[in-house]
Amino acid sequence: MTTHSKILGAGQPAPDFEIHATPDQTVSLSDFRGKPVILAFYPADFSPVCGDQMALYNAVLPEFHKLGAELVGISVDGAWCHAAFAEARKLHFPLLADFEPKGAVAKAYGAYREREGTTERALFVVDGDGIIQWSYCSPVGVNPGADGILNALEAMRDGRPVEVA
Amino acid sequence: MTPNQQGILRTPVNDNDHSAGPADAPVTLVEYGDFQCPHCFRAHPIVTKLQKALGNKLRFVFRNFPIAELHPYAVKAAEAAESVAAHAGPDAYWKMHHLIFEHQQDSPNALDEPHLLRYAESAGADADDVAADVEDGTFEEKVKADFMSGVRSGVNGTPTFFINGVRFDGDWTSPNEFKAALLEAAAEGART
Repeated sequence: MTTHSKILGAGQPAPDFEIHATPDQTVSLSDFRGKPVILAFYPADFSPVCGDQMALYNAVLPEFHKLGAELVGISVDGAWCHAAFAEARKLHFPLLADFEPKGAVAKAYGAYREREGTTERALFVVDGDGIIQWSYCSPVGVNPGADGILNALEAMRDGRPVEVA
Repeated sequence: MTPNQQGILRTPVNDNDHSAGPADAPVTLVEYGDFQCPHCFRAHPIVTKLQKALGNKLRFVFRNFPIAELHPYAVKAAEAAESVAAHAGPDAYWKMHHLIFEHQQDSPNALDEPHLLRYAESAGADADDVAADVEDGTFEEKVKADFMSGVRSGVNGTPTFFINGVRFDGDWTSPNEFKAALLEAAAEGART
């Protein structure tokens, strides 16, 4: 039985955080204030498939940028592991380390899996005012793709209501 | 089975697609794939066997989903295959398609331009035509359009399969599970 975490939903303020992006550099959610940001929680660096979620988002990154949005990936892996992963996959966006205290950011978003000690495969699109506009929690074994994110960003750009996942 | 219905094919199969099998087959299998992806290499013989097993019940469509940062030859391989189709027709396209996958793992440079041109010639196209198209990026937009149609349909890596328009989230590496899903869709498709 897979149990789903109850993740934060549309309309709720996105909890701020400040965590490491590299061993000597931190990133805060508030750094992105004024533009949409996509928070992509994923279970682990180096999952054993090549067309994985982060590689896909890396390929779709120009589309996210066209819609004015920034992307960050978040997992409980440490900054050194993230650096190796980002280099191996040639990722062009920051990976944040929800490492100490472990999973604290994921917990604040309701996206932590206590039993496994990893984050859910959960997506949040946060607007420029720090409000969650769309969120989606995928079954952990299923890569959710990018279409839900693009639909949400387009609706936000056009001032349309964002469809609930 | 997962109840996830996010992945719905947003661009229906159309005349720009490379398709094998009858247009009115009860089941259409669409693959979004990357010619340099090792998982697509693994999927290729599985799909070929399924085509044989299902015969006229199956139409197979291949769309390009090159993940360029991981696979430096993937985009050019896709463009070369498009060029072969444009100059030499659908049969030549499928020959090219099979040649690329069959040779993908021969060596690290098995999909560089000289090799691609050799496959194109074996497939029945003129290597100079294909070289010119790859050089000019003649099919760059077509390949990008395939990629974006995949992104908007919930393609989440390569290969991603759609069976009668719905993303197959089952295990394609299990020929039995894959075949069962196709047969089930074929039975449904034959009823409608």
